[in-house]
Amino acid sequence: MNKRLFFIAPLLVFLVLAGYFAIGLTKDPRKLQNMLTGQPVPEFTLVGLQGRDDTGFKSADLIGDVTLVNVFGSWCVACRVEHPFLMTLKQKNLVPIHAIDWREEDKSAGPLWLKKHGDPYTLAGDDPKSKAAISFGVTGAPETFLVDKKGIVRFKHIGPINQQLWQTTLMPLIALLRKESSS
Amino acid sequence: MSAELGHFALILAMLIAAVQATLPLIGAQRNMPTWIAIANPTAYVQFFLTTLAFGCLIHVYLISDFSVVNVVQNSHTDKPILYKIAGSWGNHEGSLLLWVFILALYGAAVAAFGRNLPPAFKARVLSVQAMIALGFYTFMLLTSNPFERVFPAPLNGQDLNPLLQDPGLAIHPPMLYLGYVGFSIAFSFAIAALIEGRVDAAWARWVRPWTLAAWIFLTGGITLGSWWAYYELGWGGWWFWDPVENASFMPWLAGTALLHSAVVVEKRDTLKGWTVLLAIIAFSMSLLGTFLVRSGVLTSVHAFATDPSRGVFILALLVTVIGGSLALFAWRGPQLKSTGLFQPISREGALLLNNLIMTTALAAVLLGTLYPLFIDVIGGAKISVGAPFFNAVFLPLMVPMIVAMAIGPFMNWKRGDILPALGRLRFTFLFALVAGAAAWSVETDGPFMGVIGIALAAWLGAGVIAEISERIHLFRAPLPESMRRLGRIPRSTWGMSFAHFGLALAIAGMAGAGGWKVESIQTMKPGETVNVGGYEYTFEGAQEGQGPNYTILFGKFTVRKDGEVFTVLEAEKRNYPVTRMPTTEAAIHTTLMGDLYAVIGDAEGDEGAYVTRIYYNPLVVWMWIGCIVMMFGGTLSMTDRRHRVGVPHKRQHSSASSDPVSSTS
Amino acid sequence: MRLFICLFMWTLLSALPANAVNPNEILADPGLEARARDISKGLRCLVCQNQSIDDSDASLAKDLRVLVRERITAGDSNDQVVNYVVSRYGDFVLLKPPFNLATLVLWLGPLLLILGGLTAAILFFRKNKKITAPASAPLTEAEKMRVAELMAEDNQ
Repeated sequence: MNKRLFFIAPLLVFLVLAGYFAIGLTKDPRKLQNMLTGQPVPEFTLVGLQGRDDTGFKSADLIGDVTLVNVFGSWCVACRVEHPFLMTLKQKNLVPIHAIDWREEDKSAGPLWLKKHGDPYTLAGDDPKSKAAISFGVTGAPETFLVDKKGIVRFKHIGPINQQLWQTTLMPLIALLRKESSS
Repeated sequence: MSAELGHFALILAMLIAAVQATLPLIGAQRNMPTWIAIANPTAYVQFFLTTLAFGCLIHVYLISDFSVVNVVQNSHTDKPILYKIAGSWGNHEGSLLLWVFILALYGAAVAAFGRNLPPAFKARVLSVQAMIALGFYTFMLLTSNPFERVFPAPLNGQDLNPLLQDPGLAIHPPMLYLGYVGFSIAFSFAIAALIEGRVDAAWARWVRPWTLAAWIFLTGGITLGSWWAYYELGWGGWWFWDPVENASFMPWLAGTALLHSAVVVEKRDTLKGWTVLLAIIAFSMSLLGTFLVRSGVLTSVHAFATDPSRGVFILALLVTVIGGSLALFAWRGPQLKSTGLFQPISREGALLLNNLIMTTALAAVLLGTLYPLFIDVIGGAKISVGAPFFNAVFLPLMVPMIVAMAIGPFMNWKRGDILPALGRLRFTFLFALVAGAAAWSVETDGPFMGVIGIALAAWLGAGVIAEISERIHLFRAPLPESMRRLGRIPRSTWGMSFAHFGLALAIAGMAGAGGWKVESIQTMKPGETVNVGGYEYTFEGAQEGQGPNYTILFGKFTVRKDGEVFTVLEAEKRNYPVTRMPTTEAAIHTTLMGDLYAVIGDAEGDEGAYVTRIYYNPLVVWMWIGCIVMMFGGTLSMTDRRHRVGVPHKRQHSSASSDPVSSTS
Repeated sequence: MRLFICLFMWTLLSALPANAVNPNEILADPGLEARARDISKGLRCLVCQNQSIDDSDASLAKDLRVLVRERITAGDSNDQVVNYVVSRYGDFVLLKPPFNLATLVLWLGPLLLILGGLTAAILFFRKNKKITAPASAPLTEAEKMRVAELMAEDNQ
């Protein structure tokens, strides 16, 4: 009895392992859990970008309306991919998008990038030392947070947002959150 | 032309492998000598064809044929020749070709040197080898063809990752693969034994040199990787417990256990099922190392996102090879009858203890490496398992093992006695205490683990010498008598002593480098001096220069000890314009007591000031010497008369090969 | 772009040449600096593979190192600093996973394995002992029969 078990056990262990691998293949190991969902946005105060009218971007600005907070940088290739879609959202005036301009080595790099490719943002803050980015738990750009009227983070997306994500997730969620009261 | 020729050779090799995988096996089952005889020639032809294919890949790299995708992605005309060649295996497709090339090389070696193997057994071994090869050929030709063309061909390539453009790392993959793939022989021997339902002393003796060869290369491969990290990453770290390293370490642990358990099979005709299982595990770990980590199931999905067929194919291959062999083990394993007996306190018992600790360590490393994936699959919150976990689990396991390693060789076979053995180690024990105390008094503020490490190293090193002295009756018999005994010690015993002594040296190095590193990070203007580990480093300024395909920044340091110039260090920072990636080349001056290690960083301000990192890494060289001594020990053991491959047995025991000793009961 | 380099590296090698801690980050107080190093060694560089922020030259790792030092200077305890980073990034950021229900198997696994191995070894020697006894001396016919009986019992 004992002996039989010794000879069969390795096969059983391996089959369990293989099962895990099979499921593991379908998972994206880069996808991190979002610590912020359901939490109020962290406290932050960022100075505005050069050449923009706004006086900066701070956590209090996120109270009162359903908004998107988009983390981008002029150095970020994927942000360039995402950018035209953000412009579309802006032109159709679908939702206010605020920006955290993350880790620019040069203060003028972000504003220049926006001048060149278009500026989809309502408010924008400069975050050269990752102060706000870390408190949001950002690991890479672009990342986008959906914030409700009370200033609570309701959804986070890592990587570029696009038409598909908008249709399937963001748009329905925004519609839902807009119905909530703001108090 | 070369690309097509290589591609064609690969297809032919696959067909030959299909023949080799089936006909000799059927021949062996039905006892048909003509079919059995097919095994050797097919192994040779397969080797010829993969050599041709591999040669073709190197050729397209040498002539920078940018109509081949693989060359475009990994080479550049400006690259030095060494790295053009190394580039051919520095990528997914090319490394697979290297893998099958080495597999075919081992297969041909078994065909050529395995003359003392019974023909039917050899035919089965070669067939199993060809089955593995068949899986790889199919994988390459369907999903990862290194000879794929691109049209139109670009003017130049994207260059090889600069980190790989390094002599240590250029030969690291072939070394590592000679180790990984070498375990395929032990695996094939195990499968053939399971098919025959027979494992005996002769089997253990055949399997040992091949396992030793793989173990030596793997030890070398791991050491090279570690050495590379040490001088290239710029702060003197040499082991990180990251999945890539663990992947090479796990087969090493399994292979080390296998070497020790095979001794018990040979001497005592027991632990057969266990030894066969270890042979299967060692190769399974090699496959896991080749695939899962390199291709990124554990770390990044992007290799699969671009081509999901690869992931599915890899999993299918693993399930077939590992699952298939373990199923065979479950089915046929119970037929392996052990006859020998031994007491827990005996040489065999000590070898078994080694197996217990080695396999536990292996399982712990495997668990830690795969655990993040498990948590992910069951939907838990993502976690990381890093160096702190592995150190916490692995180091406590190693302490009892090293303590036992010095005692084990004093034990008698079959039935030993612990007290006399300990009595003979009393001076060793004293020496270890003194060494530990000395380490503690020199470095009072270091971690205690370093002191323990030094004491253990002294215990094991002195234990090995005590064992040899005991063996030759040193000081108990007249000196000429002792010398005569010394000359009669078999090479396999020397091998053990050297391998164990090498480990003792390596542990001393690890304890020193891990425990008492001195670090100093600062901005230095030319002419400024800092004191690190008792040496005064004066920064002489930095200069620019030009390498073959990179620009260099040289940072020069004059090192003084007690006011006198000790050495001059020139640290480099290289910048590769094609990939726009920098590498650091630390300047290292090695002494027996420690390495002087300097790195030049970024410029600060306009006055020629630079960020400099200066380290004193104690005893590091002991680690590299220790690993070389271990490899030397393995080589000695491999060339022992009893294991010498290819030399037909002249002694009367050679009958073992045709008439197995008490295999069935 | 650095993220992309890191992703690329993942498939080949894990570590980047680490020009990790820079002189301008280092705190003047050696005691605080030592604490900062200690904490940094346990926090994972999020964009690299299994590297701590202390070893990594990724820019996010640098900013995290600075954050750790700011918090320490502001008077946070080591646990408070680590808890803050965990509250942002989850347990993923800890190189030494915490001991909880999810990591129970991870932490206890090696212990169970060695206990299991020892048990297997004891069983192995027990079984051996049973067979050893009759083999030690020549047996009479009566003894042989008794042995056969015992063996038969064992096999049931």
